[in-house]
Amino acid sequence: MSELLNQALAEGSISVRAIASNWKQAIELAGDALVTSQRTTTQYTVAMVKAFEDLGPYMVIAPGIALAHAKPSEAVLGTGLSLITLTEPVVFGSEANDPVRLVIGLAAVDHDSHIDLMAALSDLLMDVMKVNMLLQAENVEQVRDLLR
Amino acid sequence: MKIIAVCGMGIGTSVLLKMNAEKVLDILGVSAEVQAADISRAKVDGPSADIILTTPELVYQLEKMPGKIVAIEHVFDLVEIREKLSAALS
Repeated sequence: MSELLNQALAEGSISVRAIASNWKQAIELAGDALVTSQRTTTQYTVAMVKAFEDLGPYMVIAPGIALAHAKPSEAVLGTGLSLITLTEPVVFGSEANDPVRLVIGLAAVDHDSHIDLMAALSDLLMDVMKVNMLLQAENVEQVRDLLR
Repeated sequence: MKIIAVCGMGIGTSVLLKMNAEKVLDILGVSAEVQAADISRAKVDGPSADIILTTPELVYQLEKMPGKIVAIEHVFDLVEIREKLSAALS
C-alpha cells in the first residue's frame, strides 16, 4: 500500500511547513509540487483553482484535509500526488472541515487507473494519528518515513 | 440497489466515497452496485440510482434526482457514512 504512495509522491512533490495565506495559495502550492515532480503542467494548477472556484470547498474532504484536483486532461503528464503541510491553518470556506492544514494534490490520467492509489491514500488519511504525525513532520524525510 | 457517488471531477472525492461506502455496505450486509461519477456523468447515470452519495456543497446540483441524497461531510468517517446510509436504506 505505502509503496504506491511513495511512488505517487515523486521527488519534489512534498513540502512541509509551507506558508499560504489563503485557499488559492494553498492549492497553488499543491499544484507547484505536482509541476516540480513532473506529473503536471502549470495548466493543471490553474484548472484546480478554477475547479475550487466553480464547485466550492467540497474538496475539503475531512477535518483539516483538502484534496486539490482537477479533471484528467492534457495537463496531466502522469498520475501522481503532492503533499503540503501548512504552518498556519488556512480557511477554505468548508463548514464542516475548516481550517485546512494538509493539502494533497491529485493528478490522474483517467478515471480508473489510480483506484489502488486512492485506496492507499484513504488508508493513510483515515489514520488520525498518522495524519497528526505528518502535520508535525519537520522535513520531507520524516514524511517519507511515515509513508513507509 | 444502485448507488452513485458523485463529486465535481470524478477522480477524487467520489472515488473515496465509493470505496468507503462499499466498506460500510459490506458491514451492513447490503449488496449494492456503487459507481463513482463526476457531476456531468451523474446527470446521465444519476436518475437510475436509488441513492446518491455526495458532499454537502454539491447537493443543490443533484436535488432533482429521484433517488435519496446522502451528503457526507467527512469522507473517511465510516461511522458517519454508516449512520447516513443506514437511514437512507431503511
